Amino acid sequence: MWAVALLVFREVLEAALIVSVVAAATRGVMRRGWFVGGGIVLGIFGAVLVALSAGLLAAAFSGVGQELFNAGVLLAAVLMIGWHVLWMSSHGRELSRQMRELGSAVHSGASSLGLLLAVVALAVLREGSEVVLFLYGMRAGGAEHLWAGLSIGVVAGAALGFALYAGLLRIPMRHFFGITNAMLVLLAAGLASTAARYLIQADWLPAWGNQLWDSSWLLGNGSLLGQTAHVLVGYDAQPAGMQMVFYALTLLALWIGARFARRQPATRPVDGTAAAHPAC
Amino acid sequence: MHRLLPFVFATLLPLLASAADAPSYTLTLKDHRYQPSELRIPADTRVRLELVNHDASPEEFESDDFPAEKIVMPNSRTSLFIGPLKAGRYRFYGDFHQPTAQGTLVVE
Repeated sequence: MWAVALLVFREVLEAALIVSVVAAATRGVMRRGWFVGGGIVLGIFGAVLVALSAGLLAAAFSGVGQELFNAGVLLAAVLMIGWHVLWMSSHGRELSRQMRELGSAVHSGASSLGLLLAVVALAVLREGSEVVLFLYGMRAGGAEHLWAGLSIGVVAGAALGFALYAGLLRIPMRHFFGITNAMLVLLAAGLASTAARYLIQADWLPAWGNQLWDSSWLLGNGSLLGQTAHVLVGYDAQPAGMQMVFYALTLLALWIGARFARRQPATRPVDGTAAAHPAC
Repeated sequence: MHRLLPFVFATLLPLLASAADAPSYTLTLKDHRYQPSELRIPADTRVRLELVNHDASPEEFESDDFPAEKIVMPNSRTSLFIGPLKAGRYRFYGDFHQPTAQGTLVVE
């Protein structure tokens, strides 16, 4: 039972960390609970579908279907997070000012909410499909207490996600969206780096230097903290050069994009009153 | 700018350092154990790893010591590329059956 709980916990944790950052970043958006919940449910359905078609996926693209699928899912999430970050760069300041003044959910139409629902769904789908395959195998092997293990793992993983979320909510509103936005940028860069790792494994990309450094003596990829850092900021104890390229490109693109988006005046004040704020 | 990223990726993709002629090594899974449990591969060489699963349940070949993460379905085979790795010992495992599915990659 504990082996089941541990594996489920680790997969759920990865998804839960992503969901928590997304949930925090959409603070104050009306109906966002439905979007996050909907994303999770969609993701679970997706996970079962992916697990059911794992055989097909494994055989696709002369054996590298699995790597391409993972890389595709990750890069799609990178693009969606990126879009939201840019949107927030031009609107976030008004958003946090309004929320400071009114203290609660004020704006309705965050244009990128649908994208973040997709990010949540993709995160759940990727980790969830592994859980489904694992449980299938365990059941085939006649393991006992599957449901107990599954429940413990899900509850423990989700609890850590909630803890992160609760911690994020304690950030003062003045800095809130700045920090969640920065977290989203690092998250996206990390996902891009992981996508590169899959493409290297599939031999679709050169590594451009394997094991650029080895910091596993300090923080191992397999440790709980290493895994958390891997999800949140893209930590890898032994990254390949190509991973660094993907990481840096994502950071650079979002940094330049955000500066550019901030310089553009917001198309319309969110609350109708003069929402002029100093540019940049 | 971020919209350019797909194009950046697309232009990078063809720059393949092909490992089509990489030497191939086989790892077999039976009763959730790796055979051989110690696999020797050459140092500083890109290697194609063939995974053969004789069990009735899926397994995920994975390591925390070198980049590798690949699911192999029941009674089937798959392959992945690893390395080039520096000389040393690297542990790998089967994520779905960690108590038994343990092995070491001896790079020399």
